[in-house]
Amino acid sequence: MAHFQRIVPAMVAAFCLTAGVAISGTLDDVKSKGFVQAGVNGDLFGFGKPDEKGVWRGLDVDTARAISAAIFGDAEKVKFIPQTAKTRFTALQSGEIDVLTRNATQTLSRDTDLGLDFVQVNYYDGQGFLIPNKLGVKSAKELDGASVCVLPGTTTEQNVADYFRQNKIKMNPVVIESTAELAKAFFAGRCDVLTSDASQLAGTRAVAPKPSDYSILPDIISKEPLAPAVRHGDNQWKDIVNYAVLAMIEAEELGITSKNVDEMMASTNPVVQRFLGVTPGNGKALGLDEKWAYNIIKQVGNYGEVFERNVGVNTPLMLKRGLNDLWNKGGLMYSPPFK
Amino acid sequence: MDTTAPEKIPFLRDPAKLAILYQCLTVLGVGLLSYYLIHNTLANLERQSISTGFGFLEKEAAFEIGEKLVSYSAADSYSRALFIGFLNTLSVSFIGIVLTIIFGTILGIARLSTNWLLARLSAIYIEVFQDIPILLQLFFWYAFFYEMLPSPRQAFNPMTGLFLCNRGLIFGVPQSHVAFLYAFAALGVACLLIFFIRKWAAKRQAATGQLFPIMRVSLALIICLPLITWWLAGAPTAMNVPKLTGFNFKGGLSISPEFTALLLGLVLYTSAFVAEVVRAGIQSVGKGQNEAAMSIGLKPAHVLNLVVLPQALRVIVPPLTSQLLNLTKNSSLAVAIGYPDFVSVAGTTINQTGQAIEGVALIMIVYLTFSLSTSALMNWYNKKIAIVER
Repeated sequence: MAHFQRIVPAMVAAFCLTAGVAISGTLDDVKSKGFVQAGVNGDLFGFGKPDEKGVWRGLDVDTARAISAAIFGDAEKVKFIPQTAKTRFTALQSGEIDVLTRNATQTLSRDTDLGLDFVQVNYYDGQGFLIPNKLGVKSAKELDGASVCVLPGTTTEQNVADYFRQNKIKMNPVVIESTAELAKAFFAGRCDVLTSDASQLAGTRAVAPKPSDYSILPDIISKEPLAPAVRHGDNQWKDIVNYAVLAMIEAEELGITSKNVDEMMASTNPVVQRFLGVTPGNGKALGLDEKWAYNIIKQVGNYGEVFERNVGVNTPLMLKRGLNDLWNKGGLMYSPPFK
Repeated sequence: MDTTAPEKIPFLRDPAKLAILYQCLTVLGVGLLSYYLIHNTLANLERQSISTGFGFLEKEAAFEIGEKLVSYSAADSYSRALFIGFLNTLSVSFIGIVLTIIFGTILGIARLSTNWLLARLSAIYIEVFQDIPILLQLFFWYAFFYEMLPSPRQAFNPMTGLFLCNRGLIFGVPQSHVAFLYAFAALGVACLLIFFIRKWAAKRQAATGQLFPIMRVSLALIICLPLITWWLAGAPTAMNVPKLTGFNFKGGLSISPEFTALLLGLVLYTSAFVAEVVRAGIQSVGKGQNEAAMSIGLKPAHVLNLVVLPQALRVIVPPLTSQLLNLTKNSSLAVAIGYPDFVSVAGTTINQTGQAIEGVALIMIVYLTFSLSTSALMNWYNKKIAIVER
């Protein structure tokens, strides 16, 4: 009988531990925890990587900070959890993270099959090719028979296969799990060309032994709208994440920056007053404090500031705004009215 | 004398019956628990609107695989892609197991050698390779290949049709011709013949005591029979020679640096363990056996083959099996150095389809199949060499 007394409680405990975590009210969960759990890259310069002092830096990291600022009025109440390309969606599905800000491409099947919802795109990217200048290749169409280094677990494997099939040329993929190992093999000459999202290629080139020996081919072979993702079904949480991203875009359009936001509080423009919560309404609608947008801009900055700080022309990535400029400056960044 | 029948033991105090009761309860508990887990998982997936089932296997895979033993293109289905990965794992494990057994046995015997230098060298080798994690060794060998070897345009070309560069070892192969099919069949016939000659030779030796030079005859058969067949079928000599066109070699066969690095890493690492197993096995045979065999005038080769090894194998086989299983399982580290094994292909599949549970289930089934078949084979061999009780 002593047997029994030991087994029964153990079994009861096992039942409790494996019971499913109910997915509802992510906002309440986050508030009671006191911080947002954000899945980030961890290894991608310019998007999500700790700097030499251990402070997280990057466009995606700042997006997560904006969400925290909107909820808590404090941009630092985020716990960054590095995710690989393989683990990221499972981590979100299982509730290990509340939001995924890890340069994830929005696709139809991810939106449906995976039970996720993507929000406003925070970076419009596209897949390209990084190639040593000494090969003298000017276009990706000349790559027949090339060995191609590919990072697995992303849409890149499929895109590059599609591209070579469309152009009726052959490729030999070399697929290595870790970004760092893949880059090493590429720089040592194992492959002729490295393919990934153009922003990642810029990051990889920045760490090359001699960055000027490599260039990114002009061919962009795919559309990669990188967007934060949340679990399907929690509409309030999705709205908050979505409008946290949009607020940064809207602020740039309204000319509000982290530096002038306090002066803008005194603006007589009704659009600015509504945006910053001087005229209340938006906060209540989202279930947040009325100063949520003010807090994002004050502590994190508008989209333009975040872009230039992390990936802009003055960073090692040297990326131009391009598609990521505001809609009225030739880009795709467009926010609906905040009213 | 007390003649009353023994008192009937109450059910709850009878240890034999209680044991059965506990076992039934445990089975019931495990059953309920697995039902609960599966049911719960399915319900959760349903609620999060994540697709389930193996329907994705028939969809177009739409990704390329670097190394394939049978034809494959991005237009094939996921099941075909997974099959390619399966064959890749199978080939690296199989070749790895064969080489490991050979190299490990040589090392184990060398460690016991009376030659001081040989014994010390193999001891050092075993210690070093056992103590470095396999993943590090794989990274080392892979980096060694791509850092040391030149690009295809500067490939080493020691002889016509043979190139060595960081794309791999590329060599010419004979142009396909029906003669090679015949020669291959002749090889099979030779193996069959050897099998019967061995049986006959053993019988004759038992009856008359005469020995038959089995080794030399076997070797002659294996080499000559296919060669003669090839010559009779027209002796085709046309070669399919690799040529550098554009970025890479066309024609010929190639062995990639990924495959070589993985194979080398696995074999060198596992042989160190196998060597220790072999050494333990040989040392388990009593010294007296050796001396007795020599005292009746057996040659040293016969002492090893007829007396020591049959007894040592009984000790060697069970731990050897577990080392071979380790080799197969460690081959899943391939993904770290870019060899498209089953785990690598399944990983891509999981990522493209998002069906992690199904993908991981497939991985488990494949490795379980590999391991169980290796075990079954080794257990059969173990039974065959076990002491026959009379």
